[in-house]
Amino acid sequence: MTIQLNGQAYDVPVHVSTIQQLLEHLNIDHRILVIEHNATILEKDAYDAPIRDRDQIEVIHFVGGG
Amino acid sequence: MMGRYDRQMRFEPFGESGQRALREANIFVLGAGALGSASAEMLVRAGVGRLTIVDRDVLEWTNLHRQQLYTESDVERQLPKAAAAHERLTAINRDVTIEHHVVDITSENILSLVEGHTAVLDATDNLETRLLANDACLQLGIPFFMGACVGSYGMTFPIGLREEEPCLHCLLETLPPEAATCDTVGVISPIVVTVAAWQTAQLLRYLAGETWQPTLQSTNLWTDEHASIRVTSLKKESCPSCSNEPVYPFLRAVHETEASVLCGRETVQLRLPLQRAIDLQTFASIFERAGSTPVVNQHLVSGHWNDYRIVFFKDGRILVHGTNDPKKARSLVASMTG
Repeated sequence: MTIQLNGQAYDVPVHVSTIQQLLEHLNIDHRILVIEHNATILEKDAYDAPIRDRDQIEVIHFVGGG
Repeated sequence: MMGRYDRQMRFEPFGESGQRALREANIFVLGAGALGSASAEMLVRAGVGRLTIVDRDVLEWTNLHRQQLYTESDVERQLPKAAAAHERLTAINRDVTIEHHVVDITSENILSLVEGHTAVLDATDNLETRLLANDACLQLGIPFFMGACVGSYGMTFPIGLREEEPCLHCLLETLPPEAATCDTVGVISPIVVTVAAWQTAQLLRYLAGETWQPTLQSTNLWTDEHASIRVTSLKKESCPSCSNEPVYPFLRAVHETEASVLCGRETVQLRLPLQRAIDLQTFASIFERAGSTPVVNQHLVSGHWNDYRIVFFKDGRILVHGTNDPKKARSLVASMTG
């Protein structure tokens, strides 16, 4: 399965099938995030949404530095 | 001497009226580290009328690879960043009135420092101060151009340009137990100038009278990823900072890291804001990544960080051993926790 992640083609590993699993795989699940899934912003309780081939996902996480 | 700005005024969307607005502006740069260096230099070269720059830290060698206003001699002279910035900025453009303050921004001083400015550019190194600035700017009714970066990743969002857009408090809700910082995961200078460029461009557009739909933006220069999200739907009607009846919680000291000096012990005690929990394992791994071997038990984690011993207690207290300076202690802890 290939999705569009932050503007780039991304091959989703076979064990990843939800947004939550994707965030864990990217190691950003513990961060404060804003996620857009196919042009809709996801609330936290919707992170179990399934990922499908060719989904468009944008993820922005907050960082402290500057 | 307007001639020096000729090429900028020839840029039609900015033009002479943008230049005049910039000349009349008084911009507050919150932090004189990497982002603050880059955006203050751009603004001063561009001909801003007045600029205030504020920072609590003294220059170190590890700043020089990315903090473009400073020289080796500034580090050798142990200059506070804000003072060194003032010197360099005046040398770049003597027509700009520069003011600097070597202070720790707190809920007690932020309103009086920021009041009277046209806009605030975010160049701080931690989320707690950003939320404080968010509240201060909302209360004073001035825009806050948020920006942050670590590693090769950066993000930005302008706050206070449109009422229907969320503020930083709407977006964050709570402080995370740990946010990545330049001291924990490093940083390369190209992302600094990218984020500063975004913020400065937003400010110039604002001063030139442009209106636009702001988006939360991020980029990773190493992996070539970009994201841009319209976050209007994340505006919270009940937000304590930007609702119709705001209480500006971060301007109350209870939401702020408190510092007290423990006499005769070369130790500063800090207390994290109430809503910020300490996860001992998270801090243990930060120490480990820095090459220290922390001691962890059910009450605390203790380790070395930049030659200081720092102890995090589960109840939100932090002891910084090896200094009597609350500013230094806050700065060290901010460099770990973000």
